[in-house]
Amino acid sequence: MAVDEPGSGATVTAPAGGEASELAVTTGPLDHRDAEALEHDLLAPPADAGLRTYVSAWLARVRSGDSGVLPVLVGLVVIVILFQTQNSYFLTAGNLANLLEQGAPFVMLGMAEVFVLLLGEIDLSIGYSGAVGAAVTVILAYPPINFGWALAIAAGLATTAGVGFLQGQLITRLRLPSFVVTLAGLLFWEGFLIWLINNQSPSNGGSIRILDPVLHNIIYGTINPAVGWIAMAVGVAIFGVLTARRDQRRRASGLIAPPIGFTLLKIAGMAAAGIVLVVVCNINRGVHGGFAIRGVPWVVPIVLAFVVGWTFLLNRTRFGRYVYAIGGNSEAARRAGINVRRIRLQAFTLAGLTAAAGMIIYASRLGSMSSDVDGGQIVLYAVAAAVIGGASLFGGRGKMVHALLGGIVIATIYNGMGLLDFSAAVQYMVTALVLLAAVTVDALSRRGRVA
Amino acid sequence: MTNDSTTAAASESHAVKGARSASAGRAPGPSGLANGGNAGAAGELLLSLRGISKRFGPVTALDHVDLDIPAGQVTALVGDNGAGKSTLIKTISGIWQPDDGELFWNGEPVYVRTPREAADLGIATVYQDLALCDNLDIVQNMFLGRELGHYALLDETSMELSAKDTLSGLSVTSVRSIRQPVGSLSGGQRQAVAVARAVMWQAKLAIMDEPTAALGVAQTTMVLDVIRKLAAGGIAVIVISHNLNDVFEVADRLAVLHLGRLVASGPASQFDTQSTVEIMTTGAASQRGRVAVADPPEGKD
Repeated sequence: MAVDEPGSGATVTAPAGGEASELAVTTGPLDHRDAEALEHDLLAPPADAGLRTYVSAWLARVRSGDSGVLPVLVGLVVIVILFQTQNSYFLTAGNLANLLEQGAPFVMLGMAEVFVLLLGEIDLSIGYSGAVGAAVTVILAYPPINFGWALAIAAGLATTAGVGFLQGQLITRLRLPSFVVTLAGLLFWEGFLIWLINNQSPSNGGSIRILDPVLHNIIYGTINPAVGWIAMAVGVAIFGVLTARRDQRRRASGLIAPPIGFTLLKIAGMAAAGIVLVVVCNINRGVHGGFAIRGVPWVVPIVLAFVVGWTFLLNRTRFGRYVYAIGGNSEAARRAGINVRRIRLQAFTLAGLTAAAGMIIYASRLGSMSSDVDGGQIVLYAVAAAVIGGASLFGGRGKMVHALLGGIVIATIYNGMGLLDFSAAVQYMVTALVLLAAVTVDALSRRGRVA
Repeated sequence: MTNDSTTAAASESHAVKGARSASAGRAPGPSGLANGGNAGAAGELLLSLRGISKRFGPVTALDHVDLDIPAGQVTALVGDNGAGKSTLIKTISGIWQPDDGELFWNGEPVYVRTPREAADLGIATVYQDLALCDNLDIVQNMFLGRELGHYALLDETSMELSAKDTLSGLSVTSVRSIRQPVGSLSGGQRQAVAVARAVMWQAKLAIMDEPTAALGVAQTTMVLDVIRKLAAGGIAVIVISHNLNDVFEVADRLAVLHLGRLVASGPASQFDTQSTVEIMTTGAASQRGRVAVADPPEGKD
């Protein structure tokens, strides 16, 4: 009889009919009950469900590895408390403003990395390619060229965006690994930076000063305290109205929306953060007897504008959706008709653009662009910022806000350990351990999700 | 058993159609399953294969296959490993070109040169790997590559409403939220999402490759339910399966391949597990399977 024939795949999976139908009978009612109980959730989403349901759903997400921003916020608070107990200068207005200025380049380059990390790629070159862009900006704004700041910045951004495009072509067309292409880029653009600066100012010891007041004021300029208040209030109001309106519209359409309490909580949290920021920055942080320095540094709204803009790009546009899709399953994305090559190319280009902006901020802080900028270390801090914030190295998971928070964590460690007179050696090692911890969390949560 | 499931599917069809027409018009873009008119009446011939052959070098994967796929019915494609099942569905869905033979779609000869052309005809194929992005949620996966929106901006509300319609049309309600990542779903739910995605764009023929492989009993029940819902909605369904239990549970018609030849086909009631296994493994039936070969489907030829 055929059933007994070895090597027949079909016989194995064809048990007696009676047994299977018995099983079907026992599972039938169970399924039905489940479906009925859960139908409520799908068809009548928790518009009326309380905060508790939402929180428990959120906890489930955290357990499955999509942890959101809470862990890094908790970590940040712990670090801050630690440093404050060791040195009471840590939480002063002067040091906090300094910390924001230190963190801005990390945040910007971290956001640049998020674009490529989401694809499951990495870009090791953006420290130096960004520095080349910043050098172009500084050189163009410096005598004898004296282009205005706007043109100089545009040229600098375009330069590094072009580098990203070029490297992206190599990665997507020749299918070279991004790790290797951008590692070559790291070396190449370091060399190019040295050549560019030395060629431009042979007698200045490898550095070009920033004379343009606008470029200088990116870091050192402050917003008038009253204007700062108004701008913050307007910003929070716009955020609040948009969030509330969107949630309301979703509720009205009978779609899944966070409960009203959660919406209000989110807006209140945003307002509180804004108020703290403006209050702290508006305290006079000039050293005694010197000039009064107060107001939010310009770099803060600049960085926030990038965070908001890129978040919008990733969450609300086709481009952003495709970036996540490719990072999650590039074969599925390809079969869905997405032009995978083009999206990856655009992501590398945007990473370059963002990195140039970050390095222009960095140059503003240094007051000059020099050929010995350590772009290698900066890019590692950038990757660390993104990963510590919660972006995944494995692709498909991460947000711009992760780079923001991770960059602040890095700046806090950097700043706090500096205050405590730790040596550079210890600082490197501690930062490395924090990064290792973040990657471990990422890898473990990924395993938990797959299992 | 087979008759029972067929009756169940038929009685459910009214309920499904009612639910759909209530929701029709709410979704601006694809009405997907909501459009009952896009699919033919049950039993009407949708796709016919005539003398389809496919050779890969010296290997003849398909040898003059004649097969009729009626609308509104589930046709199970069974056969041992290497029988040509996958080659056959890949030929129908435009991945391979037949070396010989013709395809008739609603009686008209058609050439399906690419997967895109197959999709344009209304052929939706769900492969075994499902091609889902685990990090995206159900709605995002269902609309992947075909998002609704204005210019570059996405219209999440419309997409979520349409996705919800399609899923409830298939009675896939056992998901906690359609905004949960697909990676957190069970195997059966993932299968259901892949099926829903495939058929929500005016599909007339849904092809499923091993939809119940690697699923538990309860999950299998759910997926088979989805398949019946599709057929009840007037869509022609081709299912490849190794599991004859599932086949007899869900199929209206059977087609048995052996070494690239179609050796038997006909209403599922003419087969039983034993004769089918025999045909699958030997290519011939000792008793009655053979008589089914030339049997035309109900309705027209």
